[in-house]
Amino acid sequence: MTTATVERAERPGRPARSKEPRRGLLTTIARAWDRHWYAWAMVAPVVIVIGVLVLYPLGYGVYLSFTNATAQNVATNIGPVHIPASYHFVGLHNYWQIVSGKDGDFYPRLEWTVIWTVACVAITYSLGLAMAMLLNRPMRFRLLYRLALILPWAVPAFVGVFAWRLMFNAQYGVFNDLINVVGLPSQDWLGTPFAQKVAVIIVNVWCGVPFMMVAILGGLQAVPTELYEAAEMDGASPLQRFTHVTVPGLRPVTSTVILLSTVWTFNMFPIIYLLLGSNTSGDTDILVTFAYEKAFVGISDYAGAASYGIVILLILVAFSTFYRSRIKTEQS
Amino acid sequence: MSATIQRGTARTGTASAGRGTRGRGQRSTGASLALHATLIAASAVAVFPVLWIVFISFGPDSAWQQPGQVVHHLGLDNYRFVLLHSSFPSWMLNSVIVAGATMLVGVFIAASAGYAISRMRFPGHRQLMWVFLVTQMFPVAVLIVPLYNLMARLDLLDSYLGLVLVYCTIAVPFCAWMLKGYFDTIPREIDEAGRVDGLTPFGTFWRLILPLARPGLAVTAFYSFLTAWGEVAYSSQFMKTHYTLAAGLPTYASSIRANWGAMTAGSVLIAIPAAVVFLLVQRHLVTGLTAGGTKG
Repeated sequence: MTTATVERAERPGRPARSKEPRRGLLTTIARAWDRHWYAWAMVAPVVIVIGVLVLYPLGYGVYLSFTNATAQNVATNIGPVHIPASYHFVGLHNYWQIVSGKDGDFYPRLEWTVIWTVACVAITYSLGLAMAMLLNRPMRFRLLYRLALILPWAVPAFVGVFAWRLMFNAQYGVFNDLINVVGLPSQDWLGTPFAQKVAVIIVNVWCGVPFMMVAILGGLQAVPTELYEAAEMDGASPLQRFTHVTVPGLRPVTSTVILLSTVWTFNMFPIIYLLLGSNTSGDTDILVTFAYEKAFVGISDYAGAASYGIVILLILVAFSTFYRSRIKTEQS
Repeated sequence: MSATIQRGTARTGTASAGRGTRGRGQRSTGASLALHATLIAASAVAVFPVLWIVFISFGPDSAWQQPGQVVHHLGLDNYRFVLLHSSFPSWMLNSVIVAGATMLVGVFIAASAGYAISRMRFPGHRQLMWVFLVTQMFPVAVLIVPLYNLMARLDLLDSYLGLVLVYCTIAVPFCAWMLKGYFDTIPREIDEAGRVDGLTPFGTFWRLILPLARPGLAVTAFYSFLTAWGEVAYSSQFMKTHYTLAAGLPTYASSIRANWGAMTAGSVLIAIPAAVVFLLVQRHLVTGLTAGGTKG
C-alpha cells in the first residue's frame, strides 16, 4: 500500500513541472507528456534502474574497450593510499586486434562458439520436440513423466554440472560404465579437448531439454484439435499431419524458443566453466568464458575483456535482429 | 536420430488408433508399450545424474571412487560435515539474503512497468521492450568488467548490496518481460470495469490486476530467486569472503584434496528445496517466458 500512496502523491507534481512551455516544438512534447505521463511514471522505476545499473556500466565498458586498462593500471586503493588510473586511450586498437584475428584467439573461439550453439540448440530442440509430442497425449503416469523430465531444469545448473563432473571422471566415473554396457568404449571425458567438447554439449543438452519440452508442450496444446480431426478426415498420413498441422501450429513457439535458447547457449557460462574448471587447454572455451578468463585470470586484461564483451553483444544483437525480421517477413 | 525414431513411434500410435475405432488417444498395446518404454528411458536419463549424487552423498567421503561400497556404508557423515564443520550454512544464509533481496527488488520495480507496457501505448513502448530483450542477451562478459570496477570504486565488492545491485541488472528486465507476458493474459475488460468505477490506472493495476496476477508474480519472483540462487560468474568474482552457494560449493572440489563427499551432500541440500518448489510452479513458468516473446 505504501508504494501506491507515495507514487500517487509524487505524480501530480511531475506534469506541472515539465508542462512549462519552452517555445515552439515543445508544445507537442508537452501534449505528449499530458497524454502519456501516467505510463511514463509507471515505467520510470525500471527505466532508472536500467539506466543506472545497465546502461551506465555498458557505457563505461565501451569506454574501457577503447583503452588499455588492466589490473595494473586502473585506479586502486591500497589501504589509505590512492593510486590514480594510468591507462590511456588507444582508440580502436582492441577491436582491431580482435577483428583482424591478430590476437590469435577470436576466430578459433568464434568457430567453436558457433558449433557449440548450433549443435546444442539443434539437439535440444529435436529432443524437446520429441518429448513434448510423446507427452502430449492422454496416458497413465503422465504427470510423473513430466516431472521426471523437468528435473534437470529444476536443480540449479551448477549442481547438475557437478553431478556430471562426478559421472564423467575417467577413473571412477559411472558414465564410462554406463556406455560400456551399451557397447561404447570408455573415454577420458574431461581429458582430451575433443572429448571435453562432447561432454560439455551433453551436459548442456541435459540441462536445456526440459525448457524446450515444456515450451513446445504449451505450443502443442494450443494447436486446435479440430485441425487434426480435419486432416485425418482428409486422409492425411501421420507424417503429413505432423508437417502440415503440427509444424505450422508450433511456429510462434518455435521461433521464440529457438531465439531464446540460441542466445542463452551462446552466453552459457557456468557449464563450461564449472565442468572443466582449470583442467582445460582453452580449446573448449567459448567466447564468453574466454572473455571472463581474460578479465579475471592472471593479469586482468579489463580492456580486452570489455571489447570481447561488446563484440559478443554486437553479434547477438545482429543475429536476433536478423532472426526477428526474417520471422516477420515469413509470417506476412 | 533418436528424435526421428521417437517421433515415428509416437505417430504410429495415434495412427493405429485412428484406423480402428474413432476414439482418439486410444493406442494398441504395442504402441503403448513403445511409448512408455521411450518415456521411461528418457526419464531415466533426466533423473539419473540427480539420483546419482543423492546416492553418493549418503556414502563415506570416498564413495565416488567406490560406488559399490555405498550401500554397505550408508550414513549421514557428509551431511554432518557440511552442516556442522564447514562454512556451508553461512554460504546458504548469504545466498538466501542476496537472492531474496534481488527477488523482492526485481518484482516490485518491474511490476508497474510490466503493466504499463502491457496496457498502455506510449512513446518509448517499443524501445523499452527492445531494451528488455537485449539486456537478456548481455553476455556475462559485457557488464562484469565495468561493474567490477565500479563496485570496487564504491567499495561494494564483497557486500550484499553490491551483489544485489549486480543481480538487478539481470532480474529487473527479466521480471518486467515476464510480468508483461502475464498481464497480457488478463482480460482488458477488467481494466475497463475498474476505470468505469472511477479507479485511476494505477489504482486499477494495484487493486484489480495485481491480485489477479498473483500466480504470475509468484512464478516470476521464484524464477528470479532461482537465477540469483544459482548464479556463478558474478558471485565467484565479487564475493571474496561472503561466498554464496554457487561460489562456495566449487571450493570443495578445487582444494588440494577434493572433498567430493561434502560436495555431493552440499549439492543435494541446495537442489532439493529449489527442485521441489520448481516442480510445483513449473506449469505457470513457461507461459510467461514465451508469451512475452510472441506478442512483443
